[in-house]
Amino acid sequence: MLFELDDVTATRGGRVVLEDLSAVLADGATGIVGPSGVGKSTLLRLLNRLADPVSGTVRYRGRDLRDDDVLALRRDVGLVPQLPALLEGTVADNVLYGPRLAHRSADVAASLRLAGLDPAFAPRQAAALSVGEQQRVMLARALALQPSVLLLDEPTSALDETTTAAIEATLRDLRDRLGLSFVLVTHDLHQAQRLADRVLALEPGALREVPAAAAPKR
Amino acid sequence: MSAAITIGLAQVAATLALVAVAGAVALWERTDLEGDIAVAVARSFIQLTAIGYVIEVIFASDSILWVALLLAVMVLFGAFTARGRATRVPHAFWPLLVALAIAATATLALVLVLGVFPAEARYLVPVGGMVIGNAMTAAAVALNRLGDDVHDAAARIDATLALGATATQAIRPIARRSLRSGMIPLIDSTKTTGLIFFPGTMVGMLLAGASPIDAVRLQLVLLYVLLGAVALATLLAVLLSRRAFFTADHQLRDLAPSQSHPGS
Repeated sequence: MLFELDDVTATRGGRVVLEDLSAVLADGATGIVGPSGVGKSTLLRLLNRLADPVSGTVRYRGRDLRDDDVLALRRDVGLVPQLPALLEGTVADNVLYGPRLAHRSADVAASLRLAGLDPAFAPRQAAALSVGEQQRVMLARALALQPSVLLLDEPTSALDETTTAAIEATLRDLRDRLGLSFVLVTHDLHQAQRLADRVLALEPGALREVPAAAAPKR
Repeated sequence: MSAAITIGLAQVAATLALVAVAGAVALWERTDLEGDIAVAVARSFIQLTAIGYVIEVIFASDSILWVALLLAVMVLFGAFTARGRATRVPHAFWPLLVALAIAATATLALVLVLGVFPAEARYLVPVGGMVIGNAMTAAAVALNRLGDDVHDAAARIDATLALGATATQAIRPIARRSLRSGMIPLIDSTKTTGLIFFPGTMVGMLLAGASPIDAVRLQLVLLYVLLGAVALATLLAVLLSRRAFFTADHQLRDLAPSQSHPGS
């Protein structure tokens, strides 16, 4: 199993947002849907230990997350956060940030291509890009660390329909080509159904399986 | 050389007319500062009068032990006051206390070793007070900025942590900015000193009848001592507080509106 949550209770801003939550997330693509404020982002933050639960256990491939080096975990379980979270500097600075900290080399052009961005973007200032392009830079930045899992926090919430469709195509492509596992958090049930093998609805205290949609995924 | 100036309470009271102007401006423009102005005037009168008597006793005894005690009290109050400005920095008191204590000790030790001043209460008390006061202001500004910036940039800090950055690496650009904001006011005023304003010591010496050259030399010594003290205090306060925003596992603590239970 990719992730297992046992009786997890987590707080955010001093408020309990997840209570006694138990769930299993398998390899492949999992979509987690729910209204805002229900704790989707908090759940995602538990999976790469940006936060720890106040009680309960989170396991990654059978091992308690707290047993392993937290920095190595975050490089293996990459997070693409909601905007705005770009670093100052160029697109290349952003893409190289993680690999440099890990003393690894990285191919900026290849990462950008994987994220659906022309390598010519590398020298441009990240802050000057469109929101859709910034989203792709964040994706490229996470991919540069060659993670085996990607956590996607509302990857298209700020984007228009055309850009959303393009980003979704890129994500499907990444799944097929790299065999990456995804945990995708979104308020859009249809998006989760288009991108994920399995869709779970986050409700207070439980992750409930959402039956497969009748409509085709693509 | 003329004798030192003697000022009566009536003269002090008369200058309150200008404070009334400040109060009127505050009321007129509804800046909501009239209460603060009143408190500032009352506190400065009481505190300075009290310290005047304390210093008189200490000068009379000329005991280094009393001087050290007075400076220690100043450091303690300085750390309390600065903490009030750094409310968004968790557990800011100890870093501030250490920063002010080390800055004051180091700079006073330096001027004593260099023989700028003799080790007498008459010199150590005012110089120490000045160093601590300026270091306190700069450290408070720096930590105030640090706390605000960490809250504002929480998403970006989380994003860098998610890329495998340690807590220190993730906060580095913000810590750098807060250091700058703590030090820039003194650096700027040092640059323009003599052109746009006359610093307090020089004004005091001139008013007390000293020769302008003596006044300038003493002022230069104090400016340079202050620069060093402020740099040291700001650096220490920022370096010692920045880790408090994070857990040992490089997690940004839950920055809830109430700071009573940081972390989880």
